[in-house]
Amino acid sequence: MIGQTLSLAGLQKRYGEALAVRELTLDIAAGEFVSLLGPSGSGKTTALTMIAGFEAPSAGRIAIGGRDVTLLAPNHRNIGMVFQKYALFPHLTIRQNIAFPLRMRGRMQKTAIARRVEEMLELVQLSGYAERYPNQLSGGQQQRVAVARALAFEPPVLLMDEPLGALDKKLREAMQFEIKQLQERLGATVVYVTHDQDEALTMSDRVAIMSDGRLMQFGTPTELYRQPNTEFVADFIGRMNFLDGDCLDCTAEHTVVRFSERTVLKLRSAANDGTRKYAAGTALRVAIRPERMRLAKRGDGGADALPGVVDAAVFVGSTYIFLVRLADRPEASLQVQVAADGVVPFQRDDAVDIVLDGAAAHVFPVTERCVA
Amino acid sequence: MTRSLTPLSSSPSFRRSSSARFYSPTASLALVTPLIAALLAGFLYPVARLIALSFSGGTLSHYRRVFTEPLHLDVLFGTIEVAFVVTVASLLLGFPVAYLMARLSKGLAMAVAACVFIPLWTSVLVRSYAWVVLLQRNGIINGLLIDTGVTEGPLKLIYTEGAVILAMTHVLMPFMILPIYSALRALPPDYVRAARNLGAGPIRAFVAVTLPLSLPGVFAGSVMCFVLALGFYITPALVGGPGSMLMATLIGQQTTVLLDWPFAAALSTVLLAVTLLFVLLFRRMLSLSKGLNSVY
Repeated sequence: MIGQTLSLAGLQKRYGEALAVRELTLDIAAGEFVSLLGPSGSGKTTALTMIAGFEAPSAGRIAIGGRDVTLLAPNHRNIGMVFQKYALFPHLTIRQNIAFPLRMRGRMQKTAIARRVEEMLELVQLSGYAERYPNQLSGGQQQRVAVARALAFEPPVLLMDEPLGALDKKLREAMQFEIKQLQERLGATVVYVTHDQDEALTMSDRVAIMSDGRLMQFGTPTELYRQPNTEFVADFIGRMNFLDGDCLDCTAEHTVVRFSERTVLKLRSAANDGTRKYAAGTALRVAIRPERMRLAKRGDGGADALPGVVDAAVFVGSTYIFLVRLADRPEASLQVQVAADGVVPFQRDDAVDIVLDGAAAHVFPVTERCVA
Repeated sequence: MTRSLTPLSSSPSFRRSSSARFYSPTASLALVTPLIAALLAGFLYPVARLIALSFSGGTLSHYRRVFTEPLHLDVLFGTIEVAFVVTVASLLLGFPVAYLMARLSKGLAMAVAACVFIPLWTSVLVRSYAWVVLLQRNGIINGLLIDTGVTEGPLKLIYTEGAVILAMTHVLMPFMILPIYSALRALPPDYVRAARNLGAGPIRAFVAVTLPLSLPGVFAGSVMCFVLALGFYITPALVGGPGSMLMATLIGQQTTVLLDWPFAAALSTVLLAVTLLFVLLFRRMLSLSKGLNSVY
């Protein structure tokens, strides 16, 4: 199967006054695995619904392999889809379910259809289940049948709407792996909707993060993790500490932030992507990941360290998470992740210095004042 | 899903029913006792008496009369035929209404539901007399036909089998619409979407997915309609003539005019047996479609 490109240009969906999707533009390469990731109500499922053709966009265009399909009926789009609850036809056997798209197309001989169904069942390792009904299968098996049915007619694009949401954690992880393997083997272009960031990060070539109908950032999992371009993305992906301060001196090379009377920090990273400069006095929010900080005894942290007091130490297997309160801003608490190798380095109420990897910090302008 | 309105297919779910977990056997028994007592006293006992009455004199002579006199057999087969035609007509006319109701937005669906329910809440007598007014010799329909020049004189509309079928279909339609509506309503929209996505046009998606999945509702509605039609009394008595007599009317005549109670009891027993036979037949048909049974 050869995947094809999928491009969304200025896609918009309006329900009365509300915009469920606003100006969504995405160019997805052939054979690429792209996730639409966002909290519920962010418009990701609406976007998928428009790609599948169940709802017409209020504005914008959808093209598959360069062909405009914006106004095409869903049955003429030739898009595979795995539904959230699988939507396997309960009155048809597994064989009839998988044969359904082939019969609808009416171009295949009966024997060819039978052969293809066997191939698909083999592909998802369910040979021997052909004569059962969907409700006689477990959740994971039904999920695989749904994938087999969606792939049976070799669609150039496969849509998946939270297909693993109904499965338990163990099975979900196994299925993630299976789906990813299958996708790579077949070279299918996949658009995968999920609200589970781990799922999106592990499976996708690129992830589109959506919030409130808007595309926030579109990039590889590494880019999103290392270079979030908005506070929303920084907060949404992985664990993140936020600390509010004022800009003292912000240039393309460095950012000097004052957190309190006594604590001024010079960060080697520029505000945001380096293109935005902030005037002195601008309220800034510094974001830094727990694993990009370390703890030292009070006084050993060097000049660019934040004095703090350990509030709690949590053992999470391979690492410790320390909750550290800033010495002169007790309302601000940071999570610091430290590799666990033997003894607990610090106890509750220990005075420490928090040493930041200045290059790993992200600086955003503050929109509303609150301490995370 | 549609269990509550498809009594014929409901027995397995009863056993699985979660309420069994909340009530102890004693409490359950205490709760159903009044109903069972009422059924015993008000239904089973009279039916038993009726059946006993039909064998009065210790002979099968009443039954012999039912099955040997052509008039009675004609009425019996005529009744089955009318019930069948009424059921098919209700299905053909009711399915689109149920489908529309299931697809409309809440407000509009309520409006259509009101149109279905209000006749149901109106007395059968009133509805039947309405048909008399419409169909009689110098009634509304005949007046209209003459005024527009379609016919010269008044047509014989009332007291015909056609009138009986028309009025009964109207009266029984809600019993067809509601189970189908409930089955269609319970159908997740994803099924039709999946069918469309997999290459089916709107009509093929309907035939391949919506229709088969609504069949439990269709069966439930058909059985309800058919069984009710078999024993219908008021409507055929009012709009039907001597040539279109149904079983219930015949039985009524035997009890009130001819006062031949044992023979009426024999006729009733035959009607009861025929009704039960058809219910079993429908059940069998439903359980034969294995895939359909696995739906709910």
